[in-house]
Amino acid sequence: MKKIINDPATVVAESLRGLAVAHADILRVRDDPAVVVRADAPVARKVAVISGGGAGHEPLHGGFVGRGMLDAAVPGAVFTSPTPDAVQAAVAATTGPSGALLIVKNYTGDVLNFETAAELAAAEDLDVRSVVIDDDVAVKDSTFTAGRRGVGGTVLLEKIVGAAAERGDSLDAVEALARKVVGQVRSIGVALSAPIVPHVGEPSFDLGPDEIEFGIGIHGEPGRERIPAEPADALVARMVEAIVSDLPYESGDKVLLFTNSMGATPLLELYLAHGIAERLLAERGIVVERRLVGPYITSLEMQGMSLTLLKLDDELTELWDAPVWTPALRWGI
Amino acid sequence: MGCSSEGVAAALRAAAEVVAEHRSELVELDRAIGDGDHGENMSRGFTAIVSALETEVPATPAGVAKLAATTLISKVGGAAGPLYGTAFLRASTRLGDADSLDVPLLVAALQAALDGVQARGKAVGGDATMVDALIPAVSAAEACPADASIADVLTAAADAADRGAESTVDLVPRKGRASYLGERAVGHMDPGARSTALLLRAFAEAAR
Repeated sequence: MKKIINDPATVVAESLRGLAVAHADILRVRDDPAVVVRADAPVARKVAVISGGGAGHEPLHGGFVGRGMLDAAVPGAVFTSPTPDAVQAAVAATTGPSGALLIVKNYTGDVLNFETAAELAAAEDLDVRSVVIDDDVAVKDSTFTAGRRGVGGTVLLEKIVGAAAERGDSLDAVEALARKVVGQVRSIGVALSAPIVPHVGEPSFDLGPDEIEFGIGIHGEPGRERIPAEPADALVARMVEAIVSDLPYESGDKVLLFTNSMGATPLLELYLAHGIAERLLAERGIVVERRLVGPYITSLEMQGMSLTLLKLDDELTELWDAPVWTPALRWGI
Repeated sequence: MGCSSEGVAAALRAAAEVVAEHRSELVELDRAIGDGDHGENMSRGFTAIVSALETEVPATPAGVAKLAATTLISKVGGAAGPLYGTAFLRASTRLGDADSLDVPLLVAALQAALDGVQARGKAVGGDATMVDALIPAVSAAEACPADASIADVLTAAADAADRGAESTVDLVPRKGRASYLGERAVGHMDPGARSTALLLRAFAEAAR
């Protein structure tokens, strides 16, 4: 394993130190438990929007702390959800009478720890609600599984909900909006190589030179199926089909298309894939009105990409376009 | 013969050693079907329990179990932290203010731990989780004769947990991260079931 680290046990803490000095104008990092908080927190008369999860998905979530997006991000160990006391510390640092919304990706560990944190907050008489995002169409949605994973849709959810909180929407309104977004966002991911978790030191799964994992999540776990490598046209068509057939998105729908690198796929390939996806959606009569392309929710150095489609209406488009000032997303200011 | 709070603390120290010895094995089991962090997380949690016990060993078995619970909840994260944390917390509540642990109390605490894990994680037998080790372990402990020692009861529970963990190899996971793989996870032992079996074995050895 070759990585630019000192010790697997201190990777996250040392990285947060770097994040703090690189973006001191936007955020602060509080220690023990580690929490990334907006520099101007707590913001008076504003619903706090808080998310978190295992490290290793950078810039998610710490890179999205700032004006117009998250009030706090709670990092866990690599690919491991944070503990309830860490979430509680984030709530304490950001939450006032307006309450807080926790954005939780649907993994057993995240759900359990955030659930416990919400109970602790309720005991402190704070109005803290949770919304679970589960946009991954690779997983069968059945009562016999833990349900679908939360993946790329999380980034779009955090931006839109963050904008609503920034303009002063109530907790009821912000929560309802979050549920609406969760209802109309879908994603699929593919991996060309596995990530190396620092404390494991070897690839998370073994993939032959001519194999692709189709339907992966964001933790280096194997996907829905293993398929032979194929040209971008065929692969992107397979991904678009998996998403569009799920909701389904219909001809005439306006959407946001988010093409995400899993960490090691370069923009050269990402833009190539994005172009194909736009063409395929146009052929189906689906109108791409907004775009996001880049590495925004990653799995360490995994090669691969994900596509996320969000059905837009005027409200969602306006909130997407609203100003945002974070380390990883900045516009309109 | 009963078991004092110092005995419970000794069992936890023994468990920490076993978890550290099997760290790589748990990582490997988890790597096959999840993200490979189970060994690391358990090791971090039990190391923290040992350091907490260095500061002070609480006066009652319940106090020691509660210390283990809060340490696991605040140090482990993932699913293992809240699930094992809840197990020790419920066991602690069941132990009440008894100043030593006897067989009926041990069996009741094991049952409380299982109930807690199921309440938190919503898993039932056959879902390919730690519950598949815990259910047979509790049944085996309950089935022990009235004159059995604590070591006998824990050994019976550990034996049953081993078989339970082995049974997860053939199951399609329905909870936790492995459930995302569905049929692809068949053929792999659930890491949580394995760690449960390892903990019970460590407790049994410590009680000898």
